[in-house]
Amino acid sequence: MLIPRVIPCLLKKELALVKTIKFTNPNYIGDPINTIRIFNDLEVDELIFLDITATKENKKPPFEVISQVASECFMPMTYGGGIKEIDDMRRIFSLGVEKIVICTYAVDEPLFIKRVAESFGSQSIVVSIDVKKDSRGKYEVYVEGGTRSTKLDPVEFAVMMEQMGAGEIFLNSIDKDGAMEGYDLELIQRVASAVNVPLIACGGAGRIEDLGEAIKAGASAVAAGSLFVYQGKNRSVLINFPSHSELQEMFLGK
Amino acid sequence: MIVVIDYGMGNLGSIQNMLKKIGAKGIISSDISDIQKADKLILPGVGAFDNGMENLEKRGLIPVLNEKVLIHKTPILGICLGMQLLSKKSEEGHLPGLGWIEAETIKFKFNENQTRLKIPHMGWNTIKIKKDNPLFTNMYEETRFYFVHSYHVFCHNKQDVLAETHYGFDFVSSLQKDNIFGVQFHPEKSHKFGQQLLKNFVENI
Repeated sequence: MLIPRVIPCLLKKELALVKTIKFTNPNYIGDPINTIRIFNDLEVDELIFLDITATKENKKPPFEVISQVASECFMPMTYGGGIKEIDDMRRIFSLGVEKIVICTYAVDEPLFIKRVAESFGSQSIVVSIDVKKDSRGKYEVYVEGGTRSTKLDPVEFAVMMEQMGAGEIFLNSIDKDGAMEGYDLELIQRVASAVNVPLIACGGAGRIEDLGEAIKAGASAVAAGSLFVYQGKNRSVLINFPSHSELQEMFLGK
Repeated sequence: MIVVIDYGMGNLGSIQNMLKKIGAKGIISSDISDIQKADKLILPGVGAFDNGMENLEKRGLIPVLNEKVLIHKTPILGICLGMQLLSKKSEEGHLPGLGWIEAETIKFKFNENQTRLKIPHMGWNTIKIKKDNPLFTNMYEETRFYFVHSYHVFCHNKQDVLAETHYGFDFVSSLQKDNIFGVQFHPEKSHKFGQQLLKNFVENI
């Protein structure tokens, strides 16, 4: 029986793993390699690992850390952050990473997605779409870690990225990030109904039931940060992940 | 020595990481003399069928593989595209496959009575073992494997089917004929479940 993929999304800033709220206020979670080792031991379905400062600071992806992480990760791993060179991508894949997320560069150079999908196959190319609602309630795509507005509509952009060859869409709600009050179901529904490729929803999960809601809204997979790194109202750091049978019960109902 | 065949179709770092984890001696190589010396072969692969066959051809690997597998009976494990290449042909392309198994690779199609599911079949799924085999010994309860594929192998000889998986219908997720093994899923990315499977291939076959 296939159940939706549930994916911890981990953010790296300088040497540390952090968790943000609305893409700001990074809070220290731990050492990247140790934390990812714990997620591996918890037998998570998949892992998304993003360097959230690489693009903004115009840095290369942290190959050394990626290599260490990949050599201990026995589940599919996705890396994102600072990607704009085919050679860097080739190097990352050779370390044992399955998929690469591209965000800012997908907006700035949409044809890059076509090129890399042809070189590496669509199944390895994920486009991240980070979305914020403006004061009139209109959804808009942001890049560079939520700091640069693009005036693009997320649904139109997702359709274009699918046409370019993206194998998956990683849809992030900036407004819901870190809030732990549930996903933006309307946003998920809009984008999911417009594309055929799998959509990974991210931003807002606070309870395991939220994951099921996002799937009902049309997501193929669900990602979360806070839910898997915090425990309790005070948000004390505790790496956790539901068991396979717990997830099975929640997704399939009783 | 285990040789992981490098023919430019991705995924090799992960397999080497997993072999290292289980303490197996393995090298990644596209060198004919390495392949000739191998005790066991792994044919990995992610990507399109014709690209895979073209790349094997370009590197001149098809004759040495035929000799190793069909004459010397060296055990070989095809993973994902590597399993599909064991078949005669694929709906994904025009080139003939290695053709060691009476099988063909076809696209996922669902009839009216089946739920239309998303393609690729991506995520963790279970298997139903169809015949006793050392590849699937000492498996865990609730064994599951990571899949990502849009095509699947259809075996003409039912006795070659080692395991099936349900996605809209039951398809062949593992096959075996003599020394030739194939798995549609990625053992190198399937936690302790895949680790046990590769350990079985390395130690028990």
